[in-house]
Amino acid sequence: MRESTLWFWHILAGAVILVLLGLHMAIMHLDEILGLYMDPTGWESVIARSQQGFFMVTYILLLGAALYHGLYGLRTILFELNLRKGTQKLITWFFLIGGLFLFVYGTYVAIAIYQLKEVAS
Amino acid sequence: MAETAKHYRNKLGLWGWLGGGRYGLERYAYALHRLTGLGILFYFILHIFVTGSRLGGAQRWGTAMGFFENNLFKFGEYLVYAAFAYHALNGIRLGLTELGFLMGKPTRPLFPYRSAVMRQRPVLIVVMVLAAVLIIAGGVDLFE
Amino acid sequence: MSEALTKVTYEVLRYTPGVDAKPRMQSYEVPAPKGLTVLDGLLWIKENLDPTLSWRSSCRMGVCGSCAMFINGLPRLACANQVAHLGGTRVVVKPLPNYAIIRDLVPDLEPFFAKHAAIKPWLIRKNLEELNHPTGEYFQSQKELINYIQFAYCIKCGACLSACPTVATDDSYLGPQALAQAWRYIADSRDEGAAERAEEVFSGHGAFRCHFAGACSQVCPKGVDPAFAIQLMKQFMFMQKLGACKEKHGTEVAPPVENWTPREGIPKAPEPSV
Repeated sequence: MRESTLWFWHILAGAVILVLLGLHMAIMHLDEILGLYMDPTGWESVIARSQQGFFMVTYILLLGAALYHGLYGLRTILFELNLRKGTQKLITWFFLIGGLFLFVYGTYVAIAIYQLKEVAS
Repeated sequence: MAETAKHYRNKLGLWGWLGGGRYGLERYAYALHRLTGLGILFYFILHIFVTGSRLGGAQRWGTAMGFFENNLFKFGEYLVYAAFAYHALNGIRLGLTELGFLMGKPTRPLFPYRSAVMRQRPVLIVVMVLAAVLIIAGGVDLFE
Repeated sequence: MSEALTKVTYEVLRYTPGVDAKPRMQSYEVPAPKGLTVLDGLLWIKENLDPTLSWRSSCRMGVCGSCAMFINGLPRLACANQVAHLGGTRVVVKPLPNYAIIRDLVPDLEPFFAKHAAIKPWLIRKNLEELNHPTGEYFQSQKELINYIQFAYCIKCGACLSACPTVATDDSYLGPQALAQAWRYIADSRDEGAAERAEEVFSGHGAFRCHFAGACSQVCPKGVDPAFAIQLMKQFMFMQKLGACKEKHGTEVAPPVENWTPREGIPKAPEPSV
């Protein structure tokens, strides 16, 4: 894939993260001021969100966008350190495979918990 | 005369990312953007696994959260929030300026020169002020 | 800047290849009459104190770009900066960072020129016959000129690459000068070489390794504003990607002027000898 295409998706992913992670941060870190969810890291709050369609979908979207944006950013930083062509290729593949693995794992968790009918308390 | 005498390598290296001269705000904004990005990425990768524990039910989740209940981690998470506030707002500025907006049009260079970087300087100031507001707002949450 | 200085202390980086293992600093006391530029001080040192001090300079008026050095924390032209305006009585002079040092204050600019050549800094037209054997001038309006003219003022002094944080680590990054010059030609309405330059400019070590730190524009002594050029070039690539910007056709050749007579009393031009 050409560098211009990779860069283009990096910016787009950034815009997606701005909205979705902004919402996530507002829920998690501004609960005293905004009060969107009381005790957002408590089990009740977490399971309530995990089983709503909106949150399941947006968590998966956020996961994908953030993994792409973050790993492309780290790749950019590493590529400015005079690495050999072979090392560069290795890093690209490692990030691609590692990123895919993390994405699959996170998506699996999100969908599985959404579908869980009886949740062990 | 033989030109075998070696030139002295004079690259600034990684220190060149952090400083290297008396440069303008944007150059330090860039360094901070990289630092915050790395911090958030590092936290994020761990976060995927920690939040994955919710699949194990309330018990597993309680154990995982209990591990992070202490003040050090709470402050660390606040730092991640602060890093995001800066990275996101500066990222808006970068997304717009790197696509050529917010900087006006090319002109004839007449001394004293006012570069496009100076023309978008007010945007950087606004971004830093907004980030500061959000960081303080998040700090309220930390102390409650 | 308020009181007149009588004397300043120059701290100059010295390095003699084959003799010094690494660079060292050397101090000189230099009398500072009103209007003394950094370059004037170096010349005084060479004439009166130390004839072995080496640097590049030529025009001494800020147009040739030879005397760019790292002076009191910023890359500047030595001839265009007065000692009194630097603040204080210390003048710390080092060669431009991010270039190998050949000797004392002389940087190795070969990689710099190679990067410039890599982006093909000349007008590219499909009609080579017209380009090499012109029949007339290419049209260009004032508006089209303003689009690129500020980027054409580059004097190749090298200060921008010293300021750039990416150049500090990445040897293969093209750098603000080459990228700004690439834009100078792409934005030129007479040029048809955007596609030919795209491979180099939008490669892994081209425009996308610029992160808008803006230091290059800050230090440019001629107001070229390379940071602006690079961001405009990214916009151009973005628009092309979205299909919003069609393949550019260079401006036409002006036809010869028909039916004209010279004014009275103007002598005829001599016959062309080439």
